[in-house]
Amino acid sequence: MLTLSSLHHDAIVAACIRALPNEGCGLLIGTPDGKVVDVLASANVADSAKVYEIDPGVLLRAFRRVDQEGIEVLGVFHSHNHSEAYPSPTDILQAPDPSWHYVIVSLRDVPAELQSFRVLDGSVTPEAIEVVD
Amino acid sequence: MPAVLRVPTVLRPAMGGASVIAVEGSTVGEVLFKLTTTYPAVKGQLLNDDGTLHRFLNVYVNDDDVRYLGGVDALITNNDEITLLPAVAGGLW
Repeated sequence: MLTLSSLHHDAIVAACIRALPNEGCGLLIGTPDGKVVDVLASANVADSAKVYEIDPGVLLRAFRRVDQEGIEVLGVFHSHNHSEAYPSPTDILQAPDPSWHYVIVSLRDVPAELQSFRVLDGSVTPEAIEVVD
Repeated sequence: MPAVLRVPTVLRPAMGGASVIAVEGSTVGEVLFKLTTTYPAVKGQLLNDDGTLHRFLNVYVNDDDVRYLGGVDALITNNDEITLLPAVAGGLW
């Protein structure tokens, strides 16, 4: 399960809306039990409405920060602007870390829909998102 | 020259499990090639067959992306910190 505050939830959605017409993306930072403590929005360096790639500079700073603070990069979020919140075949192929939470934000409908998944050896498992205040 | 290499979580199982290892080489390409001979399982994730950087691997020397330092020809000096960062990407490719 992934736990995040309503502020973090809204920060994820806002980052995806700001990225339109491109896909938005960013990293989730938190504790090993899956509690998000920060959302790091990233530029989509793929500069595309159909694919995303996290800015490697954001990755570098995130990994240095978690090393210093004793927390973890929990996973990544990105948006699907016109389709459901479910990993595409490429999302699955490009999801190499089974410990990560892969959050997809569908902006197809209003309000935006967030879903989180674990990906292990190409197998996708949905997981619950708990939003707390 | 000895340098420090930070290994990303996803590559650790194939690279002995350590998060930080000492590496030798005068260029990024030399360091990565030596890694592929020591840990053949990661070859396809580090370098292309022509010796260039894999499309989905970011390499930093200290604070600098090596794509702006000459790629595999970027020079390594004593005590540099090299960080491997597999790209985080997805979409409809």
